[in-house]
Amino acid sequence: MSKMLNLKLKIWRQDGPHTQGAFLDVEANDIPEDASFLEMLDVVNERLIADDVEPVTFGHDCREGICGTCGVMINGQAHGPEKATATCQLHMRKFNDGDEIVIEPWQAEAFPVLKDLMVDRRAFDRIVEAGGYISVPTGTPQDANSILIPKEVADSSMDAAACIGCGACVAACPNSAAQLFTSAKLAHLNVLPQGQSERWKRTEAMVETMEDFFGSCTNHGECHEACPKEISLDFIAFMNRDYVKAKVKNRSLASQQ
Amino acid sequence: MVTLDAKIPEGPMADKWDNHKFSVKLVNPANKRKFEVIVVGTGLAGASAAASLAELGYNVKVFTFHDSPRRAHSIAAQGGVNAAKNYRNDGDSVHRLFYDTVKGGDYRSREANVHRLAQVSVNIIDQCVAQGVPFAREYGGLLANRSFGGAQVSRTFYARGQTGQQLLLGAYQALAAQIAAGKVTLYNRSDVLDIVKKDGEACGIVTRDMLTGEVHGHSAHAVVLATGGYGNVYYLSTNAMASNVTAAWRAHRKGALFANPCYTQIHPTCIPAADEFQSKLTLMSESLRNDGRIWVPEANDDARGAAEIPEDERYYYLEEKYPSFGNLVPRDVASRNAKTVVDEGRGVGPLKNGVYLDFAAAISRDGVEAVKERYGNLFDMYERITGEDPYSTPMRIYPATHYTMGGLWVDYNLMTTVPGLYALGEANFSDHGANRLGASALMQGLADGYFVLPYTIGDYLAPKLGNTPVPTDDPVFKESVQAVDDKSRQWTSNKGTHGVEHYHRELGKIVWEHCGMARNEAGLQTALKEIPALREDFRKNVKVLGSPDGINTMLEKVNRVDDFMEFAELKVRDALHRRESCGGHFREESQTPEGEALRDDENFAYVGAWEHKGDGAEPELHKEELNFESVPLTQRSYK
Repeated sequence: MSKMLNLKLKIWRQDGPHTQGAFLDVEANDIPEDASFLEMLDVVNERLIADDVEPVTFGHDCREGICGTCGVMINGQAHGPEKATATCQLHMRKFNDGDEIVIEPWQAEAFPVLKDLMVDRRAFDRIVEAGGYISVPTGTPQDANSILIPKEVADSSMDAAACIGCGACVAACPNSAAQLFTSAKLAHLNVLPQGQSERWKRTEAMVETMEDFFGSCTNHGECHEACPKEISLDFIAFMNRDYVKAKVKNRSLASQQ
Repeated sequence: MVTLDAKIPEGPMADKWDNHKFSVKLVNPANKRKFEVIVVGTGLAGASAAASLAELGYNVKVFTFHDSPRRAHSIAAQGGVNAAKNYRNDGDSVHRLFYDTVKGGDYRSREANVHRLAQVSVNIIDQCVAQGVPFAREYGGLLANRSFGGAQVSRTFYARGQTGQQLLLGAYQALAAQIAAGKVTLYNRSDVLDIVKKDGEACGIVTRDMLTGEVHGHSAHAVVLATGGYGNVYYLSTNAMASNVTAAWRAHRKGALFANPCYTQIHPTCIPAADEFQSKLTLMSESLRNDGRIWVPEANDDARGAAEIPEDERYYYLEEKYPSFGNLVPRDVASRNAKTVVDEGRGVGPLKNGVYLDFAAAISRDGVEAVKERYGNLFDMYERITGEDPYSTPMRIYPATHYTMGGLWVDYNLMTTVPGLYALGEANFSDHGANRLGASALMQGLADGYFVLPYTIGDYLAPKLGNTPVPTDDPVFKESVQAVDDKSRQWTSNKGTHGVEHYHRELGKIVWEHCGMARNEAGLQTALKEIPALREDFRKNVKVLGSPDGINTMLEKVNRVDDFMEFAELKVRDALHRRESCGGHFREESQTPEGEALRDDENFAYVGAWEHKGDGAEPELHKEELNFESVPLTQRSYK
């Protein structure tokens, strides 16, 4: 059977975006080390409910580290201490008996707290809507194998497309910048032959939408450290280069090439 | 009086879809903007349908309970998507994919639908590549393929172990383009709690805004449900935590027939539960079975570690029983065999609830690097969850509920028995019969959304040109909004004893025990008594804290569990009536002398579709007889 842990939790509670929040102190005893971090919160919530206290609200869904719904600051680290791991995949065996764990929501102006540990990340959707797609209406495009894509290119695209949109990059950034997210979305499409037609338009629109919501990048690299999919900082460099090019290329049709 | 008319087009199997596309009514391009369509759900089926309808010119309102459409549970599919491209020159064809799907579904699906699915599968890959889905490639730049889940051809396209994510991002991006263009209005964090009908036709939905608690009506000319499956009736499953049957169930209560609810796919390669607090089970892609060897100790209650058990004391039960398919037998066969050996007392792991999936042979044959290249992310995930290193110790796996083949009954046009109400993807009773082949769920979701509904919905809408949607202040909406709001307030005034998790867990235990991997008359009868008793206790004694006027996760969940409590009873009833074994439905009374599933085509070659007759009344069974013209009925054999 699992080893059991006794933990001291400080959990952020806040009723809504415009109300004052405060920490709730919880003695979480007999937590099995095989439990995931969110299962630990489940146990805490079941105990709160038994005491007629409203459970702590947190975002979560797939619990397989792929949907990007979950994510909290754990002792000041986005998604906690384990590298390349979303909160739902973090397991309690990474903690020690007697540990104090401070649990807070993502903190960024663009991600207002909705309740307790749950935040509103719709700004990410606005960035994608600005151009994060290839305009190809459903129909009968050419045969899939008529577009040759070297393995290395497909792999780069996939490396970028692995982003789960959780927002840890923004939460970890001292400037609340969204460069890692935006650059991953851009590189996914911009490196592919299919993505070329709209490349410069896409780049300018997405970067500028990003800047409407988020802070500026000053190359700390905290985003990459926090990223559960280890999205590379190289994509930011790639985005910056494309953005500069886009500002020129978008000026006239003749300079598209 | 409900009549089941599947509306299967005339003509030879291979021509039916083309004939049908020509015979359906069209809405002219300039008139499409005069129609409103509601799409519920933003997984592969919902997002692809919403985007495609908007591209055609329809005004679309799309609803999701997630914060972003991209989070729908299609995202968690790992292995791949099938298509009859025959890029490998290994004998694949539309007919073979069709044949494999009908046979794999154990002859309980509708041939015409399956054939169409196989036909449009090739378009899906073209569409997704054009969208920028980064499928795996060969060095020459061509698409890579693999054989998957029991197929004897390599027809599966994949994007690392994240195929569902990449396909969903493609559909989500297409949707985002239409949101930006103003053709789609997105309602996120909206729980759909009722389907509204007027004069017998679907005219809208009622939602609860999950941020403010406000209850609203939304009207349209047609309503499309793409709301996924009911796997969470088991509590523990590989489904996401919020996956639910609510919209489908409430449509059922409004007159949509529910077909084959007893069909559930139990996926053979999941990580076994570690303790009683386990909230969900995690699937390990079944592509692992391509290289992993499944075994248990020969002796019962063997306490030794895997490494200490010599080769001749290991029981490679799939390789021994099914020499030609070995570890690649279909999911239902692999799952039942795992249950058998664990029930015999040969289970491994601290709770003796798993079997080994061993990569030692693959590692010594191909090297660690090759194995890492193929499965690295899955091995990492396994290690994060269990704390064990699968490169040096065999994985432990056990079956878990994964996919549900049953769902709302639909005709060839994907319309339910309620005119104007459609069901897509896993939410319909689908093309998979009694068992789904690996990598076919993504195919079906996208086929329905990209290539079927956009054609068939016009047939329903065309005659309605000039009709305005029913206004949301019509009494049909007002009554439904009131009822939903009253119900929320009733729940939150419940001063019960147990939280909702407790009841969900208890329900899961009953359904898994009596209506899980193997079912029998006595067990199902027991479940039919236990479920209503639990439901009564739940409704009286569940404790829901907080207010209905704002974010309240307990209230969201209590509504879902309430529907599972009703749905579970129908599921058990369906399992009880189907006194045969087929695919994922194994009735112990109906097996071959070797213990394999034994179909009864004489009496059960039909779709069982249930009609809701009111609370407390027994539902009525309707039958759609299945005719097999192209694929002769045979007993499946994977020996």
